[in-house]
Amino acid sequence: MSSVATTQKSFDFKAFLANNGALVGLVVLCLALFIATPRFLTGPNLMNIGIQVSTIAVMAFGLTFVIVAAGIDLSVGSVAALSAMVSSYWVTTSGLPDGFSIVIGLLVGAACGWVTGAMSAFGKLPTFIASLAMLTIVRGLTLVISDGRPIATGDSVSFLGSDLGVIPVPIIVLVLSALVAGFVLNYTVIGKNAFAVGGNTEAARLSGIPVKRVLVTVFVISGIFSALSGMILAGRLDSAQPTLASGYELDAIAAVVIGGASLSGGVGRISGTLIGALVLAVIRNGLNLLAVSAFWQQVVIGLVIAIAVGFDVFRRKNVRH
Amino acid sequence: MSNEPLLVLDKVCKSFGRIQVINNVTVEVHAGKVSVLLGENGAGKSTLIKMIAGVHPPDGGRILLDGEQVKIPDTKASEALGIATIHQELNLVPSMTIAENITLGRVPRRFGIINRKEMRRIACAALDLIGLQLHVDTKVSELGLAQQQLVEIAKALSLDARVLILDEPTAALTTAEIHQLFEVVRGLKAKGVGMVFISHHLDEIAEIGDFVNVLRDGQFIATVPADTDENELVRLMVGREIDEQFPRVRSEVADTALLSVKGLGTSMLSDINFEVRPGEVVALAGLMGAGRTELIRCIAGADAYQTGSVSVAGSRLAGNDVAAATRAGIGHVPEDRKTQGLVLDASVAENIGFATMASTSRFGLVDQKGQRERAENVAERLRIRMGSIDQPIRSLSGGNQQKAVFGRWFTAGSKVLLLDEPTRGVDVGAKVEIYELINEITSSGGCVLMASSELPEVLGMSDRVLVMSQGRIAGELETGEATQDAIMQLAVSNVHRENEVGNN
Repeated sequence: MSSVATTQKSFDFKAFLANNGALVGLVVLCLALFIATPRFLTGPNLMNIGIQVSTIAVMAFGLTFVIVAAGIDLSVGSVAALSAMVSSYWVTTSGLPDGFSIVIGLLVGAACGWVTGAMSAFGKLPTFIASLAMLTIVRGLTLVISDGRPIATGDSVSFLGSDLGVIPVPIIVLVLSALVAGFVLNYTVIGKNAFAVGGNTEAARLSGIPVKRVLVTVFVISGIFSALSGMILAGRLDSAQPTLASGYELDAIAAVVIGGASLSGGVGRISGTLIGALVLAVIRNGLNLLAVSAFWQQVVIGLVIAIAVGFDVFRRKNVRH
Repeated sequence: MSNEPLLVLDKVCKSFGRIQVINNVTVEVHAGKVSVLLGENGAGKSTLIKMIAGVHPPDGGRILLDGEQVKIPDTKASEALGIATIHQELNLVPSMTIAENITLGRVPRRFGIINRKEMRRIACAALDLIGLQLHVDTKVSELGLAQQQLVEIAKALSLDARVLILDEPTAALTTAEIHQLFEVVRGLKAKGVGMVFISHHLDEIAEIGDFVNVLRDGQFIATVPADTDENELVRLMVGREIDEQFPRVRSEVADTALLSVKGLGTSMLSDINFEVRPGEVVALAGLMGAGRTELIRCIAGADAYQTGSVSVAGSRLAGNDVAAATRAGIGHVPEDRKTQGLVLDASVAENIGFATMASTSRFGLVDQKGQRERAENVAERLRIRMGSIDQPIRSLSGGNQQKAVFGRWFTAGSKVLLLDEPTRGVDVGAKVEIYELINEITSSGGCVLMASSELPEVLGMSDRVLVMSQGRIAGELETGEATQDAIMQLAVSNVHRENEVGNN
């Protein structure tokens, strides 16, 4: 009797470990790097990691919505590029007021997301195919608009990549984005609907949840966050490159999945995605500090993804039984 | 010799974590006999089967085959011992042919190339064992569920199975198909195959079983002959008397229709007209494929219809719009709760709350506190048995899961309940509780349209019966004057007429 009471009251370390594998991994990683190199735990290095994390994480926050709803969005990197490019074009090439440039970028992202969402919701294309098509279409449009050349960003977008005192603006944007995304995912009808649709589309539909609208909405959210991520990236460089964020979709997907989301839908957390993005960024940073070649870094990152997700699958299997 | 049991589970036990699901159970399987496992959901029938199938080896007791102790650590071992299990979810590859399925995993080869001729020979021999006349090159996806099941049995027999475990094989079959299955089972009895049979239908037990092993809460209760009185079986299974299997309490029926369907038609349905008044339970009977589920789904807004209209309390509903139907007061308990009714990984509270989440939200924010309170209230009212309202609904028993789907519509205040096989896969005790919910709906001025393949349920729980046949309403019977024969006559009526036209 008393033993039952104590096991319930005492901190269940095993359960904590099993439920927060990515977080534990991150802490271990940081400790290891702290021991391995004195350059890891320094202010400038941590800021550097923060900036690197911000672009991937913000993109991955939006993607989390799509994955929770049992979709996938491969177009996030391209959408980031087009949004940054259009907002720069708006200011620099067209000479229109800079005050609107960020809003314009976000609108472009939302529009791209809407098109992908509509293709899959109303055109019945699998989200993988719809977003794969958008990946190419949107990247192509970016090249068309820029004519293959970088365009200087306006002041607003440049601000997104600058520092506010000692704190880099990307880190502030990251924190705000995490709060907003976490709030929308967990406390609004939009977020809860995404979980229901991802968990069982037919049951959600028969309960009166507007499945198609939910699908379009999650892609719009993904587009908006991608646009923000793209503008941060362009702001760091003070110019929108036509190849901006190319290949980032894979890192974003990896971050979401390492964070514990299930690609079959219905499961996912913003905090998990943030941790996933941090794991990726810390590993890259650590390998750089330890002067591991860029080629080997790719091998290591791939292994980390496989191990993280494998661990998660193993855990779920054990929980079921 | 014949008294020696083929397979014995001797005082087996099994626990998952701290929970003991099987406690000291002994079951015997005899050659040429059908041994029935009877018990409510959660009594431990599935776990027992999984022991024999090698999915969950027992952690106490012995398994004896031909009097010798055997270990069944995995499914391969079970197969090697000549034990075959036919699960509710069939293990066939729909896109492959019957022959390919029967020889799956042991494809006959010649010089490394598939020997099609030999494959067909094996498959034909297997089908012959149970007297099934099908072409072995037919794709399994083209077969009906009953035939698929028979193919799976043939496959098991071609692997020299001596013990056949049938886990609720009749759950999704029509009466005619059940007859076909039972013919096969009788043939296998004559061949000396020992069988374990699970069913919730007491009449089937008397028809096909030899003796019945009753389980309750993981405990072995009794082994009785299969011709034991039904009430006695129920008492053994539930552990208490159930006064009435169908406790229908008639409500006062108002004059004006609450639900009215006029001239509804799709490619499957034609010219469906009927009304359901407040206080009424109208049953939809008919053979499988008669269009009952299609009709229910059209009314619920789940599928589109081309002609006609659906109105609730006089106002016409938009077609193919579940949200509109829900707002008008329609609640739909679909045919298959696992794939259509529930988000299995979500909590009980969330599953109950789906229909009210948007309507109770403010500025797009979910009313978390209110949703939880409403779910807790309804769970208490419907006596949903669970550890916590936050546990995943996956972990509840079938009956309690089904009650949660009802709870969703109770919470939403639905007045028109569309029930599609409301007690499928639900044990006797929970069935009665679901029937009491139906009474509650009608006594509070709501109405129920219930599609059911179980004629006793149709006769016991409805006020009127609409019999469907080939997408039409073939006739209407007052429940007082309806009999199983009268319903079946109407259910096959159009079939006869069209056959005659075809023959002329």
